[in-house]
Amino acid sequence: MTENLLEVTGLEKHFPITRGIIFRRKIGAVRAVDGIDLAVQPGETLGLVGESGCGKTTTGRLVTRLIEPTAGRVVFDGRDITHVSAGRMRPMRREIQMIFQDPYSSLNPRHTVGAIVGAPFRVQNIKTPQGRKKAVQELLELVGLSPEHYNRYPHEFSGGQRQRIGIARALALRPKMVVADEPVSALDVSIQAQVVNLLDDLQKELGLTYLVIAHDLSVVRHISDRVAVMYLGKIVEVAPRDDLYSRPLHPYTLALLSAVPVPDPARRDAAQRERILLVGDVPSPIDPPSGCRFRTRCWKAQEICAQQEPPLETPALDEVTAGHRVACHFPITPEERTGRGAQQAREAAAAVGEADD
Amino acid sequence: MSNFLEVNDLRIHFATDDGLVKAVDGLTFGLERGHTLGIVGESGSGKSVTSLGILGLHRGGSARVRGEVWLDGEELISAPREEVRRLRGRKMAMIFQDPLAAMHPFYSVGRQIMEAYRVHHRVSKPAARRHAIDMLGRVGIPQPNRRIDDYPHQFSGGMRQRAMIAMALVNNPELLIADEPTTALDVTVQAQILDLIRNLQAEFGSAVIIITHDLGVVAELAENLLVMYGGKCVEYGSADQVFRRPEHPYTWGLLGSMPRLDRDVRERLISIKGSPPSLINLPSGCAFHPRCPYAGREGIPSLTEVPQLEGDGHLVACHLPVATRSRIFAEDVAPHL
Repeated sequence: MTENLLEVTGLEKHFPITRGIIFRRKIGAVRAVDGIDLAVQPGETLGLVGESGCGKTTTGRLVTRLIEPTAGRVVFDGRDITHVSAGRMRPMRREIQMIFQDPYSSLNPRHTVGAIVGAPFRVQNIKTPQGRKKAVQELLELVGLSPEHYNRYPHEFSGGQRQRIGIARALALRPKMVVADEPVSALDVSIQAQVVNLLDDLQKELGLTYLVIAHDLSVVRHISDRVAVMYLGKIVEVAPRDDLYSRPLHPYTLALLSAVPVPDPARRDAAQRERILLVGDVPSPIDPPSGCRFRTRCWKAQEICAQQEPPLETPALDEVTAGHRVACHFPITPEERTGRGAQQAREAAAAVGEADD
Repeated sequence: MSNFLEVNDLRIHFATDDGLVKAVDGLTFGLERGHTLGIVGESGSGKSVTSLGILGLHRGGSARVRGEVWLDGEELISAPREEVRRLRGRKMAMIFQDPLAAMHPFYSVGRQIMEAYRVHHRVSKPAARRHAIDMLGRVGIPQPNRRIDDYPHQFSGGMRQRAMIAMALVNNPELLIADEPTTALDVTVQAQILDLIRNLQAEFGSAVIIITHDLGVVAELAENLLVMYGGKCVEYGSADQVFRRPEHPYTWGLLGSMPRLDRDVRERLISIKGSPPSLINLPSGCAFHPRCPYAGREGIPSLTEVPQLEGDGHLVACHLPVATRSRIFAEDVAPHL
């Protein structure tokens, strides 16, 4: 086992909810991220998936230290960066960079592409032997843009090209790790594939480590080596990609995977039969359910689920590999994934909540 | 006219300072009652403009609308505005992508649903309210008699989308147009909403047009598929035909560029080079030719006018001769799909 490039333990971020203008009283907190452990090894891609409001973006911002954690530890490349000051963090930013979701709001419209992609050199005061303009032009070529684009402004580019500019900026200082927050979700399908392929090529060429945050399960499957699934501020399951997609252990993961529409009309009926429709919405992170957070929508929930929070660990089941960890008292069994078992799971899931009404 | 909805050579152009935007340029299709048509395309392909055009929502602006839209024997483009207004909301209704933007933030959800009903029916407020509560219940909103007085911001995203569907269906429309109805939603909620649309269609027997960029969503709902590119239809066929044996190189690209959960992970996605064209300055001839890997093959002039859609049932607008296209599909494309 190699040394982890990024290691996160017990990470928490609670955003306070305050009331009052002069005397601000704290009346509660949004528990956006509530105690997660993560490890990313050099050269791998970890995909972080979850629905909106599950805390995946906050996690990305915590590990890049754009915001300060409430509790827990973030260790990057052997250094504890949990509470370092902005000034101390700056030299480390060379090694951990971010790609943002929206290629329209993440580029300053008044700056030329040259200024945007060259900004990291300027901010970090780095001398480029070939001259800054040349360095920027090399970066533009690296991401598939033309060096002549140096003096243009962001509005002259399409969404896909803008995302390439954002990628070039993130790679300017040759970081070890890139945190990509929904890097393709704002792009058209045909452009998505271009950017996904580009991220792949760059990883091979530059030996990058990725933490990719996304909600699209098919995209995450395509680019990740390992995948972590978040629900309401917690990681509920983490596993090597193929294990997670072919043998999900957490009921939430199973429901999530079954909900993805299948682009094959011939499989339409089968997919709809096997689909597990969850009832209701994700509970509020201000007042999350006790014990297991998924229990309010889970068809396997029992009393223990409300009392005890399940730890994230490898269950002692057949066919479960070592790196596959799940936070569930009653992980999914092989019978539940197919045939009659799946049918029963589907019916049980639809019946959740009927008793409460 | 045999079909319930017939769109004939629909053209919607906008005059702008930069030039004429041909958002929709010669679109023809038909749709029967109880059937679902999926319109697929990327942003700027003209799919949303088409839906607004059918509903007559481009009138009076800078838009120039030509062609014919026949709804149940009535022509809408040349019909008086009042007439179209009478049909809109009653005979044809729309579900928008963003329910927060489509609903009025100052009025309660119930009031908005009741308004949609009372515009077309002479009923008392209490009767309309009962009907609205009934509709909210049918789209799966728990405790509808309490939630009816809530405001849109008090609903979650999925609930808002359900409320908007209730508003669209309150008059039992025979044509329902859903423009990216699930794009703003999470995948588990998307599954709920698609299930709802499917069940409601079976119940009401409406004709449904679903507009989306997500091929997975169309495969779930639509029987027929229309692929748009640069304001034109490039391929039309049954969902089976288009997914199993796509004919147009653009459709090949769309299918190839999409990572799929029901296939093994591929090393690379097949992407389409370049980006979608500007509608002001469309490439001449086939609008897709600058991005098409097969353009110009075998001396086919990509710059001349594209042949009209050809084929029996399964239509395609492409210069490639059928034999060449079949060969390319079998050799280059099929192994990757």
